Amino acid sequence: MRSLFPKTLRILSAILLASVFATSSHSLLPFSPQTAPSQTANPAMQTSRQGLNIVVLDPAHGGTDPGARGGGGMRESDIVLDLAAQVRKGLESQGFQVLQTRTGNENPSFDDRSALANAQSGAIFVSLHISSTGLVGTVRVYTMPDMPLSAPSGGLIPWDQAQAAYLSLSRKLGESVQGELTQRFKGSPANAQTASVRQLRTTAAPAIAVELSSVSLQDRADLDRMLPGMADAIVRGAVAFRPSYVTPSMPGVAPGAKP
Amino acid sequence: MNSVWRTRILVALVLAVLAAAIYFPILKRRVRRQAQVQQKSEEQARRELVQNLSASKDEPKVKAKLFWASDADGAELTATIVELALSNDPVLRSKQVLNTLLAGPVDVELRTLPPDAALLAFYLLPDGTGVADFSEAMATAVPSGVQSEELAVDSITRTLEANVPQVRRLKILIHGQEAETLAGHLDLTQTFPVSAKPGQAPSAQSPAAAPAKK
Repeated sequence: MRSLFPKTLRILSAILLASVFATSSHSLLPFSPQTAPSQTANPAMQTSRQGLNIVVLDPAHGGTDPGARGGGGMRESDIVLDLAAQVRKGLESQGFQVLQTRTGNENPSFDDRSALANAQSGAIFVSLHISSTGLVGTVRVYTMPDMPLSAPSGGLIPWDQAQAAYLSLSRKLGESVQGELTQRFKGSPANAQTASVRQLRTTAAPAIAVELSSVSLQDRADLDRMLPGMADAIVRGAVAFRPSYVTPSMPGVAPGAKP
Repeated sequence: MNSVWRTRILVALVLAVLAAAIYFPILKRRVRRQAQVQQKSEEQARRELVQNLSASKDEPKVKAKLFWASDADGAELTATIVELALSNDPVLRSKQVLNTLLAGPVDVELRTLPPDAALLAFYLLPDGTGVADFSEAMATAVPSGVQSEELAVDSITRTLEANVPQVRRLKILIHGQEAETLAGHLDLTQTFPVSAKPGQAPSAQSPAAAPAKK
C-alpha cells in the first residue's frame, strides 16, 4: 500500500481535500432528502453574486397531493404545471435561466423544493398556486411575515430560518409582481400580503407565493384563459425586480441593501 | 331412507327457508340501524364531549367578539357580537370562544373552520403561548389554499385576541401532534401572534361588522 501511495501523493491529497472543504464553507450546499441539513450558508457571508439570472418556479403540490380540487376533476396540481410552462416561456425569452421544482406529476418535499433554489447563486423563487376559495379572477402575492434570525454561526444560518435574511428582497419582488397582477386582474389587492407559507420559510432567496382564485369555477377553460395574463404579470414583475437584486459582497451587510 | 323420513327432512327444510325469509329482513333492519348509530363519527363524539365539559351556565353572559368571514368569497373577516356565558379562567374562556367559533355563524357560508373540526384541548403556557389542539378534520377539511388557511387561522387568533387577553401567541396542534402545514400551505411549525400584532389595534374596533382585513 505504501508503495502505491507515496508520501508526496498523500501530501497532495491532503492539500486538495483541505481546499475543497475551504471552498464549500462559502457556498450553499445541495442536499439529499434523507440528509436534510439543519443549516445553510449565511448569504451575508458570501463573497460574490453576479446578479439575478435564475428563476426557480415551483408548481405546488403534485403526486398524491392534488392541492385544491374543483368540479369536473379540476386539480390545482395540474393547472399550476400548465401555468409554470407559460411563465417559463416568458422568462426564458427575457434571458432568465428557469429551473422547476417539478415538471411532472411528482411531489417533492418542501425541503427538496427549497434546496433547488438554495443551491443556486443569483436566483429568485416563485411558488405557483390556485386557491379553493376567494373572489374569482383575483390574484394575490404572499411573502413571509417578519421572522426571527439567530446570529450566524460559522457562516451558517439555521435551515428553518433561511428566508429571514431575504425578507426585504422578497417583499420588493412581491410588490413588483403584485403591481403587475393588479393591473390585469381587477379586484386583486394593491399590495402583496404576508402569510406564513411553509414553502417560503426554508428558501434562501427572494421568494414569493402567487395564488389565483379559484378552482370553484365550473369550467376549466375559464381558468385557463386567466393563465397567460398571470404568467405575463409574473414575468414582467421579475424583469422589473431584476435591477433591485443586489447581494452585498461585504459580510454583515443586509442582503438587498443597495450600495 | 324411507318416504316418511324424506318428507320430514323436506318439511324441516321448508320451515328453515320460511324462518330465514322472515328473520333476514329483521336482521337487515337491525344492521342498518346499528350502522347509522356508528356513523356518528369519533370526531363528533369527541366534540360533544369537549363542548359539554366547557359549557358554563353559571357564568354571567358577556358580549364576545367572534370573527367569521364577511362574505361567501372568504377574503376578509368580520367581527360578530355573540352573548356568551364566559368563564374568567383564560383556558376555559379560550375553549368556550373557540368552540363557539367552531360551531359557526348563522349563515353557514361564512364559516372559517370546518364543521367537523373539534377543539380537543387548550393549554396556556406561562409565557402567554396558547396551545390549541384540534382534531384531524381541522387539517383535512379546511379548503386548501394560502388565503383560506390564513383566514381560518386569523379567525382563531383574532377571536382569542378579542376575548382572552392573556393569550399572546398561538400554537396549533393537530390531534396532539405538531403538523407541518394546515392544509398544505400555512406553516404550523411556528406560533402565530395573537395580540400586539404590528399595525393592528387589538380589540379597539367597533363591535359593528368592521372588516378585519389582515
